[in-house]
Amino acid sequence: MKRGPGGLYAAPSVVWLTVFFIAPLLIIVLYSFMTPGARGGVELKPTLDAYRAIANPVFARVTFNTILVALGSTMITLLIALPCGYYMARSSKQTLLLLLVIIPFWTNFLIRIYAWIAILGNEGFLNDLLRALGLAQDSIRFLYNRWAVMLVLVYTYLPYAILPLFSTIDKFDFSLLEAARDLGATKLGAINKVLLPNIRGGILTAFLFTFIPIFGAYAVPLLVGGTESYMLGNLIADELTKSRNWPLASAISLVITLVTTIGVMLLLRANGTNVLGGGGGKEESEGKAGKLDALAGAAVVGTAAVVGAAAPAGGGR
Amino acid sequence: MRRRGSFSRAVFIGTIVFLFMPLVVLVLYSFNDSRSGSWGGFSLRWYVKLFTDSPDLWRAFGNSAIIALGSALVATVIGTLGAIGVNWYRFRLRSYLRTVTFLPMILPEIIIGVSLLVFFSGIGLRLGLFTVFVAHVSFNLPFVFLLVLARLEEFDFSIIEAARDLGANETQTLLKVILPITMPGIVSGFLTAVTLSLEDFVITFFVTGPGATTLPLYVYSAIRFGVSPVINALSVVMILGTVALTWSMRNFLKYIAAK
Repeated sequence: MKRGPGGLYAAPSVVWLTVFFIAPLLIIVLYSFMTPGARGGVELKPTLDAYRAIANPVFARVTFNTILVALGSTMITLLIALPCGYYMARSSKQTLLLLLVIIPFWTNFLIRIYAWIAILGNEGFLNDLLRALGLAQDSIRFLYNRWAVMLVLVYTYLPYAILPLFSTIDKFDFSLLEAARDLGATKLGAINKVLLPNIRGGILTAFLFTFIPIFGAYAVPLLVGGTESYMLGNLIADELTKSRNWPLASAISLVITLVTTIGVMLLLRANGTNVLGGGGGKEESEGKAGKLDALAGAAVVGTAAVVGAAAPAGGGR
Repeated sequence: MRRRGSFSRAVFIGTIVFLFMPLVVLVLYSFNDSRSGSWGGFSLRWYVKLFTDSPDLWRAFGNSAIIALGSALVATVIGTLGAIGVNWYRFRLRSYLRTVTFLPMILPEIIIGVSLLVFFSGIGLRLGLFTVFVAHVSFNLPFVFLLVLARLEEFDFSIIEAARDLGANETQTLLKVILPITMPGIVSGFLTAVTLSLEDFVITFFVTGPGATTLPLYVYSAIRFGVSPVINALSVVMILGTVALTWSMRNFLKYIAAK
C-alpha cells in the first residue's frame, strides 16, 4: 500500500456517504431528543418525551410482535433452507439447482407480494379452488393476519438463507460424515455432531441475512398483515406520516439501528469463526473489523448473485 | 447408498414448488377474461390494455428507468474511484470509508428511508425525482464499492508500478491499466445497482414526492387502491423482461470475465 492520490480517488465516496448516509443518521439521533412540530418536523426544544413514549405498552406490544414474527419466520426459513442447501451441495447439477432457486427472485419484490394476494385473497386462487371443489361455500380469510405475514416473509427471504448455506455446505468435507457413521453414529447424530458445528458460520450468515431485513420489515405487514401483525416498521411510518410525531419515529428508528448493530456485533463475537465458514472472503481475520468485512462481502456477493448480476464463475471469485 | 438425501430432496422439491407457485398463478390469471378471481375464459384483453391504455403505468416505468440508469451510473463512477483509492493507497479516513460502506448492509432499509426523509426535509429539499435519485445513489454506492474492491483485491500494486516505470502518468495508469483490469467488477457493480434500484420500494416510498412515482410505487398503489388485472399482465411482462435481461447480463459477464 502506498501513499499517493488515494484520498483524491476516495474523496467523492467519503463526501457522498457522509452527507447522505451518516449525516441523516446523526440527524435522527438529534431529532429523537426534540419536541414534535405541529405539522411534522421538530421544534428545537430538547425533551425526553419520545423515549418516555417508547416505554408505553403499545410500543412494547408492537416490539414483542415484531420479535415474534422476525424470530419465527427466520427459524422457519432456516429449517427449510438447511436441507435445501444440503441437497444442492450434494447434487451434481448445482448450477441448474441454483438457477431454480434464484429465478423466482428476478421478479419484482412487490409483484411477489401481489402474487400471494392473488392466491390467498378472498377472491383469490385458493378460495376459488376450494369453492370449485365444493370444500368451502364462503371465502376463507387467509390474508391480513400474522400467518400470512410470516408466509410471505419466508417466501421473500428464502434465497438469502439458501445461498450462504449452500456455499458453506458445499465446502464441507463429506467424508467426515461417513467417518462418523463408520464409528457408529446414527445419521441424525452425525449431522448434529459433525455437520452442523462445521457449518456454523453459514448458519449465522443465513440468520443475519434473514433476521435483519425481517426485523425492519415494512411492506409485507402493510400489504398482507392485519392490526395484530403490525410491526415496528409500520409504527415508524405511521408516526412519520400520520401522527406526525417525528421525534418518536426517530427514537424508534434509533432503537432498531442499535439493536441491529449490537446484535450483529454480539453474534459475530460469539461465533469465533469466519462468518463465511471458510468461504470466499478474506481469511485473515483482523478481529471484529475483519469479520464485519467478511459479512459485508458475503452480503454483497450474495445480493449480486440473487439479482443475477454476478457472473457464475467469474466476477468476484 | 440406498436412499441418500431422500428427505433433503423432498424438502428441496417442495421449496421449488413453493417458490414458483405464485408466479405460475400470476401467468394463469393474466389470461383470465374475468375481472374477479374466478376463471372467465381465456383472453388477452389485459395485455392489450397494458400496452395501449395505461399511461400512468408507463410514466412510472419511465421514471424507474431514468432513476435506475442515472443512479447506477453515478454510484458506479464514485464507488469505483473509492475502491481504487482504498485498495492501493493509504490515506486519512481510509478505515472510516471501509466502515461506512458496510453499515448499509447491516441496517434495515426502512432506517435508511426514514433518515433520508428526515434529512431532506431538514435541509428543505423538495421531495421528488431528485431526492429519489440521491437516495438510490446512496444505497447503490456501497454495493458497487465492495464488488469493485473484490475484483481489485485479485491484483497486486506491482502492475501500477510497472505502468509507472514504463512512463505512464497518473491519468494514463488509471485509464489504460486500472480500469481495464477492473472492468468485470465495474460492470457487475453497475448491473447490481440497476437491479437494486429497479427493485427498491421501501426507501423510495419514503423519499418520493408528487410526480415521482416509480414502477414499484405504482404497483403498490394498485394493490392498495383496487387491483386491476392489468397488474397480472404487467407482472408477466416484467418477469419475462427480467429473465431475458438477466440472462443476457450473465452471458455478457461471462464473456468479459473470460476475455
